[in-house]
Amino acid sequence: MNKPVDDPRVAVVTEAPAAQAAPEVGVARAHESAHLHVAGTATYVDDIPETVGTLHAALGLSPLAHGRLGAVDTARLKALPGVVDVLTAADLPGRNDCGPIVHDDPILADGTLHYLGQPVFAVIATTRGAARRAAALAREVIAADPLPAVLTAREAHAKSQYVLPPMHLARGDARAAIDAAPRRLAGTLSVGGQEQFYLEGQISYALPLEDGGMRVHCSTQHPTEMQHVVAAALNLAAHHVQVECRRMGGGFGGKESQSALFACVAAVAARRLDRPVKLRLDRDDDFLATGRRHGFEYDWEVGFDDAGRVLGLEMSLVSNAGFSADLSGPVMTRALCHVDNAYWLPHVALHGYSARTNTQSNTAFRGFGGPQGAIALEYVLDTIARALGRDALAVRRANFYGVGERNVTPYRQTVDDNIAGPLVDELVASARYAERRAAVEAFNAASPVLKKGLALTPVKFGISFNAVHYNQAGALVHVYSDGSVLVNHGGTEMGQGLHTKVAQVVAHELGVPLSRVRATATDTGKVANTSATAASTGSDLNGKAAQDAARKIKARLAAFAAERHGGRAEDVRFEGDRVHANGSAVGFCELVNAAYLARVQLWSDGFYATPGLHWDRETLTGRPFFYFAYGAGVSEVVVDTLTGESRCLRADLLHDAGRSLNPAIDLGQVEGGFIQGMGWLTTEELVWHPESGALLTHAPSTYKIPTANDLPPVFNVKLYENDNVHETIHRSKAVGEPPLLLAFSVWLAIRDAVAAARPAGSAAPQLDAPATPEAVLRALASPT
Amino acid sequence: MDSRPIRFHHRGAVAQVQGLPPATTVLDWLREHARCTGTKEGCAEGDCGACTVAVGELDPAGRGVQWQAVNACTAFLPTLDGRALLTVEDLGGTHPAQAALVECHGSQCGFCTPGFVMSMAACHERHSAAGTRPSRQDLADELAGNLCRCTGYRPILDAGARMFDLPAQRLPGAPVAEALRALQADPPLAGDGFAAPRTIDALAEALERTPHARLLAGSTDIGLWVNKQFRALGPLVYVGRVDAMKRIERRADGGLSIGAAASLEDAWSALAERHPELRAMWLRFASPPVRRAGTMGGNVANGSPIGDSAPVLMALDAALVLRRGRAVRTLALEDFYLDYMKNRLEPGEFVQAIELPPVPGRVLRAYKLAKRYDSDISAVACGVAVDVNDDGTVRAARFAFGGMAAVVRRAAAAEAAVVGRPWDEPALRAAQAALARDFAPLTDLRASAAYRAQAAASLLERFWRETAPAAGAGAALDLRQVEASA
Repeated sequence: MNKPVDDPRVAVVTEAPAAQAAPEVGVARAHESAHLHVAGTATYVDDIPETVGTLHAALGLSPLAHGRLGAVDTARLKALPGVVDVLTAADLPGRNDCGPIVHDDPILADGTLHYLGQPVFAVIATTRGAARRAAALAREVIAADPLPAVLTAREAHAKSQYVLPPMHLARGDARAAIDAAPRRLAGTLSVGGQEQFYLEGQISYALPLEDGGMRVHCSTQHPTEMQHVVAAALNLAAHHVQVECRRMGGGFGGKESQSALFACVAAVAARRLDRPVKLRLDRDDDFLATGRRHGFEYDWEVGFDDAGRVLGLEMSLVSNAGFSADLSGPVMTRALCHVDNAYWLPHVALHGYSARTNTQSNTAFRGFGGPQGAIALEYVLDTIARALGRDALAVRRANFYGVGERNVTPYRQTVDDNIAGPLVDELVASARYAERRAAVEAFNAASPVLKKGLALTPVKFGISFNAVHYNQAGALVHVYSDGSVLVNHGGTEMGQGLHTKVAQVVAHELGVPLSRVRATATDTGKVANTSATAASTGSDLNGKAAQDAARKIKARLAAFAAERHGGRAEDVRFEGDRVHANGSAVGFCELVNAAYLARVQLWSDGFYATPGLHWDRETLTGRPFFYFAYGAGVSEVVVDTLTGESRCLRADLLHDAGRSLNPAIDLGQVEGGFIQGMGWLTTEELVWHPESGALLTHAPSTYKIPTANDLPPVFNVKLYENDNVHETIHRSKAVGEPPLLLAFSVWLAIRDAVAAARPAGSAAPQLDAPATPEAVLRALASPT
Repeated sequence: MDSRPIRFHHRGAVAQVQGLPPATTVLDWLREHARCTGTKEGCAEGDCGACTVAVGELDPAGRGVQWQAVNACTAFLPTLDGRALLTVEDLGGTHPAQAALVECHGSQCGFCTPGFVMSMAACHERHSAAGTRPSRQDLADELAGNLCRCTGYRPILDAGARMFDLPAQRLPGAPVAEALRALQADPPLAGDGFAAPRTIDALAEALERTPHARLLAGSTDIGLWVNKQFRALGPLVYVGRVDAMKRIERRADGGLSIGAAASLEDAWSALAERHPELRAMWLRFASPPVRRAGTMGGNVANGSPIGDSAPVLMALDAALVLRRGRAVRTLALEDFYLDYMKNRLEPGEFVQAIELPPVPGRVLRAYKLAKRYDSDISAVACGVAVDVNDDGTVRAARFAFGGMAAVVRRAAAAEAAVVGRPWDEPALRAAQAALARDFAPLTDLRASAAYRAQAAASLLERFWRETAPAAGAGAALDLRQVEASA
């Protein structure tokens, strides 16, 4: 440590007694960009002032779901007004692949057309309009011979056509347990996919740099992966490519791997023409070219006892992977690891099939297979309850994981933080479940056309990436000599408030007001080898890394303060914008300036790796999750049995965010996730033309996400007060994905209402998702 | 050739634009030419609201400015001529809508936020001028055209209420009004590509002169032809400046005459005033920005089989006043449609008004079925009505359906099945059975043929249950009227 200079500017005051400074974590703070959002001054990629000479790209899309690709009449396109260049697969200087794991994702189609909407060529033009007009001629300029297309997961499964080998997760002897059980049920279920519908579509803006390098402004959840795929496409080492993302206008998983194709095309065109190139997709092209949440098909068989306890379960899960692997493997892994949800399954055999179809390659979407796993068992438990004539809540409780016993998951991780029981108890009381169950029955007895339904569903969601190496993060914290603080980390901001939370962590650590800390654009040139901002882990990983960086700076400042004022460095406290040392308090900014003059390093890196994780990809066992997040929701709906229309009347949610870093932001995640999940399971239907394979629901005119009128008129949402028993950042829990699963309660409440409209003693109605009016009428008419 | 530049008020001055194609959207002009990037493109088809801006016109008294939220992505720039354009940048970050959204945590990713701000600011302005406050339900209806994928809307609705508690800030008034008054002296735009006549006679002349010209109203559909299909539109004749064709006449005998250029919002408002049972259909018709931009004449003349106006108008015996040059003829709406998107308009002819005769005592309902409650295209829509004699028998029936055939049309067999009979359950069942002879609907992305057939019959049952004396009145039939259990 350098000896401090005697700086008269450092005012030393005698410490005032006991004025405890307000913490900067655990409190509601506005989103760091809220004031920019409302003013229209938050910069998204398309808002960056364009560099002179910028060209615009548009993609020509495959008109066939499956076909042999012949020539593309590029000469015709090049002759069109404003067109500067046309790229096809042959023009790519490097690898024609942008797949995140398996290398089966061509940037531009080569040889085979795999789905209707697959990018085949890119038009580069002086204006976006000219590029789009030329690209729209795809059908006319692409020569191709059609091949038979497989459009549904069931059909692909019947042909054993998969993007990855099937996966099996088993414990005990499910077959024997089912055969020996006093009661048995079997059935199927179909759950549709879901479009992310980020409001800002996919976009990349590539600017050539000196020495062959490339800078890409990309709306992406995974800048490091974009860096690697762009480098591969350009035949460059990673250090030649810089990828930057200040914010996304929504991601929801859709910009984890699927931003890659657009980053690559923009970069390749920019290199080839040595001019900046922007590629911003039109909404319809975005729907047609990119994948979304996997739709799943299930076949299940369960053995259970008279209390509804599951004794044995066998289930096949068939996902519609689309034409390539993308993230379908990890999605299926997470699905298999979430079939258990909050329940003990003594004997279980789960089979996962990622079916290859001639449709868009499906990908990450909030929950990443977790919802598709858990929803199936919730449906099975609901079916068991109806077979037994018991309230579904009682059956759920009978199956909950135990505490200290019945607490090992099918993948062999011990559930050591189970709070499902007390959390559900609290919700049952606050939502007055029992009283409302009686009221719903009374309503239904008097109402021939409209029927009400009620359901409570819990969630237990594993937090961490299944792929262990992803569970690491880096951060950089700069304290400038005026005391202002800049934090940069590997996570990306897509609206979830990650930058706000990380800034709060840094402000709290340094004892300065949040206004003193700014977070900046994620940049592969600042923090290297970052993980995707995904799996709800953003603040767990990056918060810890930023805390580590801030602590290193704090330690240096503490040593400096102790040297100046006496006492021990470990006793120096940073609170209320002051540094307290040996009975004296000095303003943070003053101390920082003095430290700068004394040549103390005021910036630092930080790093974090989640401890204790291991995972065996072959046996699908290990400890993939650092901890579990919990929650529960109660929904009441009303269904019109004439038309199948439904409406959620009330939802009560209680969700576990541990010791919340920012309750306002976490509530926003819970509410937003729930409504998004409700959309998935009710109004958001994807329809492909059964012959051509064209996605017919290709824009918000035809694909219907919830509006303000879909918000339940009574909506009680609360965070469950508790500390994470595991040592996370300030004992908080991840909250991005788990609340989406609370919307199961809406869908099962619809099933409850449908059941109420059927004769007593009927079989449980077959209700597939989404529960559109038509699906509800089908459920009403399903075999009794 | 453009006759003169397009002139409109923007950011405190009169913007003059010349030389751009007439179908340049307001959004593209803002983002690419004016470099005002606060307004976002989410879908380019008027369905997400990220591009919402406010357009100002002089109030009827010519003193103040009326601001209306519209979608900039489907509005063509020349339609701004003589008007004022207000975008999120103009609010300075201090408008109560903006402050309330920050305070209530109403933005997450922020991309939809400028659009919400503009819808909320226009709503705030309208209520401030009237001295009223919207209910939470009013706010939700008002925001039906703004999609948010992050928040789940609760904090946005909170902000919508909260903004009325914050220190008032009105949208620009007097200086804009002065500018708009000055712009009134400009002659009508009369270029080859875009003409904006100001009288019905001038409109008729323009179309007679250029029969292949395309009539442009709110461009809520034509905007998509440009943005999504790159269709060349040919010369455009804009009806938005023909004030006489925007008039809605409420006749003493109960009849209504709706000028074809009246906005959907004004037209539905007049319909719902006469028939309060149409209120839900009104509010479910597209979204407020689309209803303010689009016209009922356009909806009818466009002739989509899933347009929601026609079934209701047919149930009200609507007739169309058609004009070509100086010739005027009247045609029953039910005789207007020939086939999918084809109608009886002659070249150069246009719909001038929609005439609704008085229908005293008519029992009327309108229903639509869609996947989403708000702003969704109908799988099935209907206007259903009966006139009932004193003895309880049905004198006349009008069962008009959209989504069931290539055109909106009446269900002749189902109607015949009830006429002359008591409005009782056997009559209903006969009508439901007859409906299968009236329609052979299609399967598409919105619904299957089987669902459409079943649901159309169900809507007749809903109508019967709501209106027939013997149907056991009192049972709940409307999802929107049901509350959660206590």
